[in-house]
Amino acid sequence: MTYSIQGKTGDWEVVIGLEVHAQVTSDAKLFSGAATEFGAEPNTQVSLVDAAMPGMLPVINAKCVEQAVRTGLGLNAKINLTSVFERKNYFYPDLPFGYQISQFLHPVVGEGIVALDMPDGTVREVGVERLHLEQDAGKSLHDQNPHKTYIDLNRAGVALMEIVSKPDLRSPEEAGAYLRKMRTILRYLGTCDGNMEQGSMRCDVNVSVRKAGEGLRTRCEIKNVNSVRFVMQAIEIEAERQIDLYEGGGKVVQETRLYDPDKGETRSMRSKEEAHDYRYFPDPDLLPLVLDQAYVDALKAKLPELPDVKKARFMSAYGLSLADAAQLSGEREIAEYFETVAQGRDPKLAANWTINELGAVLNKRGLSITESPVSADHLGNLIGLIMDNTISSKIAKDVFEVMLETGEDPAKIVESKGLKQITDTGAIEAAVDQAIADNPTQAEQYRSGDQKVTGWFVGQIMKATGGKANPKMVNELLRKKLGS
Amino acid sequence: MSELTRLTIAEARDALAAKKFTAEELAGAHIKAMEATRDLNAFVTETPEIAIERAKESDARRAKGNVAGGMDGIPTAVKDLFCTEGVQTTASSHILEGFIPTYESTVSMNLRKAGSVMLGKTNMDEFAMGSANITSYFGPVKNPWKLNDGKDRVPGGSSGGSAAAVAARAAMCATGSDTGGSIRQPAAFCGLVGLKPTYGRCSRWGMVAFASSLDQAGPMTRSVRDSAIMLQAMVSYDPKDSTMANEPIPDFEAALKGNIKGLKIGIPKEYRIDGMSKETETLWQIGIDWLKAAGAEPVEVSLPHTKDALATYYIVAPAEASSNLQRYDGVRYGLRVDADDLTDMYEKTRAAGFGREVRRRIMIGTYVLSAGYYDAYYVKAQKVRALIAREFAEAFKKADVLLTPTAPFPAFALGEKMDDPLQMYINDVFTVPASLAGLPAMSVPAGLSADGLPLGLHLIGKPFDEETLLRTSLAIEQAANFTTLPQLLRAGS
Repeated sequence: MTYSIQGKTGDWEVVIGLEVHAQVTSDAKLFSGAATEFGAEPNTQVSLVDAAMPGMLPVINAKCVEQAVRTGLGLNAKINLTSVFERKNYFYPDLPFGYQISQFLHPVVGEGIVALDMPDGTVREVGVERLHLEQDAGKSLHDQNPHKTYIDLNRAGVALMEIVSKPDLRSPEEAGAYLRKMRTILRYLGTCDGNMEQGSMRCDVNVSVRKAGEGLRTRCEIKNVNSVRFVMQAIEIEAERQIDLYEGGGKVVQETRLYDPDKGETRSMRSKEEAHDYRYFPDPDLLPLVLDQAYVDALKAKLPELPDVKKARFMSAYGLSLADAAQLSGEREIAEYFETVAQGRDPKLAANWTINELGAVLNKRGLSITESPVSADHLGNLIGLIMDNTISSKIAKDVFEVMLETGEDPAKIVESKGLKQITDTGAIEAAVDQAIADNPTQAEQYRSGDQKVTGWFVGQIMKATGGKANPKMVNELLRKKLGS
Repeated sequence: MSELTRLTIAEARDALAAKKFTAEELAGAHIKAMEATRDLNAFVTETPEIAIERAKESDARRAKGNVAGGMDGIPTAVKDLFCTEGVQTTASSHILEGFIPTYESTVSMNLRKAGSVMLGKTNMDEFAMGSANITSYFGPVKNPWKLNDGKDRVPGGSSGGSAAAVAARAAMCATGSDTGGSIRQPAAFCGLVGLKPTYGRCSRWGMVAFASSLDQAGPMTRSVRDSAIMLQAMVSYDPKDSTMANEPIPDFEAALKGNIKGLKIGIPKEYRIDGMSKETETLWQIGIDWLKAAGAEPVEVSLPHTKDALATYYIVAPAEASSNLQRYDGVRYGLRVDADDLTDMYEKTRAAGFGREVRRRIMIGTYVLSAGYYDAYYVKAQKVRALIAREFAEAFKKADVLLTPTAPFPAFALGEKMDDPLQMYINDVFTVPASLAGLPAMSVPAGLSADGLPLGLHLIGKPFDEETLLRTSLAIEQAANFTTLPQLLRAGS
């Protein structure tokens, strides 16, 4: 199912490359000791270095380097043992040094691969071109005063990883899947919180279109798109704009564009002619970053199990379907929750309850798994109660409702509410006898060959026992008694 | 001129220890001298209150027997590119006028901790760009060495204010900074000892940056021993400067003991350049003879790319400077010229804030880093720079230390060589190669020109071998016996 857009002159293929800017999870900035907490009062997380006071010098934060290398390893990428920080020079009020310290010719991480699970069950491999470390800029606030621009430098100098994909993506869906997968990997690694609303993960989108079999045509870059949905929309809208241009006899100009979700359009920010000459050169305040292989190996040995490996293990070790395994491994916290539930219990039952029962509730209440009102231990206990026939699956759902409200241990709920399943043959037999005796007409129906009435009897008996009778035993006894 | 201001650091140290006078008296004498020599324009900011306060603290320490070291109580001038806590720091630029740092540079903090008494902040070429101290926003500095032609001489640059202050006995010593010769050339022009340590020996933290890969702080003093004492107080390993080397720090004064018998003195044959004055060439030969007489052995060495050093320097240094100076944008501190829009504000602020020479170098630097020119200029210059460093390394296989003149001619008159920047850049021809290679080098006063202006000899050492450099300098100092005072200080003048 190849994605294409039908134009007047035929089908167009869309070529997409993504640049993800991921804020490195770290207590301090890339080259200063200032804090990086989100939402602090403006200009309260600014060191002398971040403000580019005269004579201030950058010192690389080892934690940020470690996070970049771990991310590179998580993307199955080549780690460059020598990389170089360069200065990208341009003037802007929220860029205190007048240059951004970034990596240009020699990034810390080289080529890697991200595998995408597509809805049709296929796996798409997308190439990563590079990952480099760079500083974030501050923030210009234009809306605080009609005549002035205010500057907040809290974010200035915060470490970002720029992760550049190859132009391997061919549809908005693939781009969306890539971004979600990237976010999953980053969150698994704990190297970025992947929070697009707070801006800790942002995306520049490169889009071009072409006819099948052609080489690459001119691309446009859509800057700073801040949600997966907007990225997908922006691609479609930009691709259509380019197709209209070509088909109207025009040409696409290489330029930087902005996506306006309200108007549903992309607009030109600046053309190639206006593009800055950034005058990159190696930052003389910093020596080349040299890592040794042992350091990289040690980080590799300590990497957590990543989503693709976890998914495969969920399928092989627990016998889960691809869909269930993919869903449960999609977030590290969900996977951990599931594995706690499944510990020593039927994994398929555990998967069902985690995905369906709990998942539905969390979805409805807008909660994440870490905010779940039912703990993994308690859900596991509930499944244990089903497995040892203490309660039926049906009763389990009632118990689960109570757990959602009270957060109590299911065993306690079953005990206090007297919901324990009746498995005593004598008690069930008595209830069956009573039901047959009370309903001779229906009993006669059965005997004359109408087996469907069995279900009606089961309902009567369950009602009489408050749903606690073991349904299997009820069925067996009923058939025996009616048949006799 | 008070007797107290004639002392060297070593002499003052001993006298303070012997309680012959107090640090406060010593500071007072220097404050008077500073005021009396204001015509030189050596200081941008005088800090007599701080000097007295720190001198009193020094005396209190001494009274308790807690002397901080050889620099305790020594009146010191600080070049105005070292950020000083609570004291205006301008780098002699209008764009930083009124800027008062909340922090102290590592080097000036080290000196403070060693007990030195800051007299004030010295004038300099704007952002250290210049060789005559004529590019300062606060006006040129005059050299206390004069001739009878009525013209003022330049003190050299960029550490011209520091050199003039120490030569005029308004300070016992001063910090300088050297990017391509900014300590050594003014030391030569003012009859002083000026030492540029190995790149990475002194922390650059808190020094207003000119060219980060070249800038290095160093002492400017009136004797080689003082140079060792002051250097000791300036150096420390500072993790805040990522380009620093964590090398062991020797006892520099102890390195002056012993002799230079058997030491191999390299004489680079390519340093015999056109445009060098006859007396400079003669002095060089005399220097060789002195060291030979002291037991050293001159050997010829070759540094073939010396001729390309100036061109290389004038690509690398402006390139770095153009980027380093981008932070002066009127947004956060220093000068701002208000305008209707952002671009206009940038342009007006920087046009008003930077002087001609700084603007020229920003433009050169921007040009050599531009797309399309980067490979031809910056990348090529880096290659030549690496080549120059390699040639020095080769030369040091044959020699322990190299001897050259410091500058091709003595101090010139204020107003000369001002129209032609290339003529000005020639000043640095002997000092720039060592800067490019990051090597320690120092200038020692060695004699006078025919008309009576000081001339310096220049020694270049192996990386982190300031000890051999100091020991060899001492041999020259002893042989030269340079005791002449600047005309300004002679009786009757």
